[in-house]
Amino acid sequence: MNVMDTRATSAMLYLDGVHVSFDGFHAINNLSLTLAPGEMRAIIGPNGAGKTTMMDIITGKTKPDEGTVLFDGTVDLTRLDETRIAELGIGRKFQKPTVFESQTVQDNLLLALNVDHSVRGTLFWRGSKAESERIDKVLETIRLTDARNRLAGSLSHGQKQWLEIGMLLAQDPKVLLVDEPVAGMTDVETHLTAELLKEINRNHTIMVVEHDMTFVRELGVKVTCLHEGSVLAEGSIDQVSSNERVVEVYLGR
Amino acid sequence: MTPHILTRSLDRAATAFVLLVAAVGVLIPLSNLLLPQGSMFQVPTYLVALWGKYVCYAILALSIDLIWGYCGILSLGHGAFFALGGYAMGMYLMRQIGSRGVYGNPILPDFMVFLNWDKLPWYWYGFDKFAFAALMVLVVPGLLAFCFGWLAFRSRVTGVYLSIITQAMTYALLLAFFRNDFGFGGNNGLTDFKDILGFNVQAEGTRAALFLLSCLALIIAFLICRAIVSSKLGKVLIAVRDAESRTRFLGYRVESYKLFVFTLSACMAGVAGALYVPQVGIINPSEFAPANSIEAVIWVAVGGRGTLIGAALGAVVVNYAKTFFTSGPLAPYWLFMLGALFILVTLLLPKGIVGTFNSWWEPRRSTGIAADEASAAREDGISAAKMAE
Repeated sequence: MNVMDTRATSAMLYLDGVHVSFDGFHAINNLSLTLAPGEMRAIIGPNGAGKTTMMDIITGKTKPDEGTVLFDGTVDLTRLDETRIAELGIGRKFQKPTVFESQTVQDNLLLALNVDHSVRGTLFWRGSKAESERIDKVLETIRLTDARNRLAGSLSHGQKQWLEIGMLLAQDPKVLLVDEPVAGMTDVETHLTAELLKEINRNHTIMVVEHDMTFVRELGVKVTCLHEGSVLAEGSIDQVSSNERVVEVYLGR
Repeated sequence: MTPHILTRSLDRAATAFVLLVAAVGVLIPLSNLLLPQGSMFQVPTYLVALWGKYVCYAILALSIDLIWGYCGILSLGHGAFFALGGYAMGMYLMRQIGSRGVYGNPILPDFMVFLNWDKLPWYWYGFDKFAFAALMVLVVPGLLAFCFGWLAFRSRVTGVYLSIITQAMTYALLLAFFRNDFGFGGNNGLTDFKDILGFNVQAEGTRAALFLLSCLALIIAFLICRAIVSSKLGKVLIAVRDAESRTRFLGYRVESYKLFVFTLSACMAGVAGALYVPQVGIINPSEFAPANSIEAVIWVAVGGRGTLIGAALGAVVVNYAKTFFTSGPLAPYWLFMLGALFILVTLLLPKGIVGTFNSWWEPRRSTGIAADEASAAREDGISAAKMAE
C-alpha cells in the first residue's frame, strides 16, 4: 500500500485499475501502468489491444468508467478536458499524421508553441525574437528548415510525421504521447526518427506506441505489451519478445 | 486597433478593395445629388437605394465568410441576426413616426392601436432614442448568438448538426415574429417609416447618406475581418476549421474561439440589417425565412469562401443577377437559376470566383519571381564566365 502511494506521487503518469467499455466491449480492462519522469516507454500490442484508447484516456478524449489516472503524482486527469490537459503539459502525436494542411510548416509550429492560448492573446499577438528562434531550432531538429514556407499539406508522409513531432517539441510538454511515429516511413527515415526521439527523451518523458519491432529495438527502452486492454508483459525488449504469451498473441511464432 | 494590426491586415488586394468601396461610396451619392437628372452619369435615386441594399448584403456575406470560410461554422440561420438588427432599427423608425400614423397615437405604433393595446410593451421602451436602438442593433443579435453559441459549441455540436439547429433557430423566430401578440407588427412587420434622426427617409439626401454609411460600414466590417484573419487568431481559426480536435490537443479552448467569432459575426449581420431597413423601407418576418439564410451562404460560395473580398463580391454579383432576372420575363425561373448557379459553382468553381482567381494568379506570380531570379542567376553566371575569360 505504502509502496504504491510513493510510486503514485513520484510517477509522471500513473494509471491504476482503469476500465473503459464501449457498448459492452471492454477496450481497457484493469489497466495499470506507471511512467517515471524522464523515462521513454515503448508500447506494443496487437490491434485492438487498447493502445490508442489508453492515449485517449490520458489526453482527456475518453473518460474511463473507473480507475485512477494521475499526472505528475497529483493531478487527476479524469476530471479535465483535452485543452486543460494539453495546457498542463501532455502533448500528443496522432496515429495518422494530423497537421494543419492549409497552413505553412512555420505556422504549424507557431500554433503549437506553448504561449498564451487565449482569444485575446492570439488576436493581439506579435511575434517575438524568442519565438522565432524557438521555431528555427525546432525546424532544424526535424530537418524541415528548407520547407518552412511550404504548405504542410504538400509535405511527404514522413515529413508530416516529423512536423507533428516538431509541433510536440514546440509545445514543449512534460510528457509526449507518440502514436505510431514511423508508420509508412522508409528505413532511413525510421532510423532518423529513432535518433530524434532519443534526443527528445533527454529532457522529456515519452510514451511511444509502435508496431515496428526494429524501431522499438533501436530505441532500446523498457517495453510494455498490451493485450485486450491490460498489460501482458513488461520489461526489456528481449524479455518481452521471448515471453510465451507475447509471442502467441502478438509477435507470432 | 494598433498600427501593426492595420499594416499586417492591409495587403495589396485588401487595400484595393477598401479604396474601391470608398470610391463607390462617395461617387454614387455625388453623382446622384450633383449631376442634373437625365444626365448619362447621373445615378437615379432608386438605384442608390438598390445598391445600398447590395452593400448591406455584402456586409452580411462578410459576416458569414468570417465564420464559415475561416472557422468552418456553417450557419444557415444568419438571416436571423440580420433581421434582428433590422427589427431594432425598425422599432426606432416606428417610434419616430409619432402622431403622424394613421391613428395619430403619439406613442403607440399603428399596429398596436389596431390591436387595441393601451400601452407600449416594456421591450419597446428606449427605442425612441437612436443611441439606444443603435446599441440594440449590436446587443440583440450578439446576445442571441452568444447564448446559442455557448450552448452549441460547449456541447460540441458541429458540422451539419449545427447548420440544422441554426435553421431551426431562424425558423422559430420566423414563427414568433408572425404572431400579432408578439408585439412586432406580426405578418406586416414594421413599415411606413418617416424620419431617421430627423431626416426624411425618402429624401434623396438621406438615401445618399445611408448609402455612404453602408459603404463605410462595409469597409469597417472588412477591416475588422482582415485584422482577425491576418492575426494569429486567424491561424487558430483555420486550424479549428481544418482539424478541430488537433487544435484542442495543442491547448486551445476551441469553443471560446468559435464563440468569439460567432458572436462578432452576428453583431456584423445585425448592423447590416439595421442599415438595410431604412433603405428598403420595411422589415417583416419573411426576413427570417430559412431560404434567405441559405441564399446568403450561396453568395459566399459563389464569391469564394475564405477570401472575404469574394464574399462581398458574391453578394453583389448574385443580387445584381437576381434583380436583373426577376425583373424580366425569366422571373418565375429565378430560384431554379439560383439552384443551378450553386450546383455549377460547387462543381466547376469550388473555390468561388475570387478563390479560383487566386489559385490561378498565385503560381503565376511566384513563377514570375522565380523566373526573374533564374534569369538574374544566369546573368551572374554569364558575367562570371566573362570574368574568367
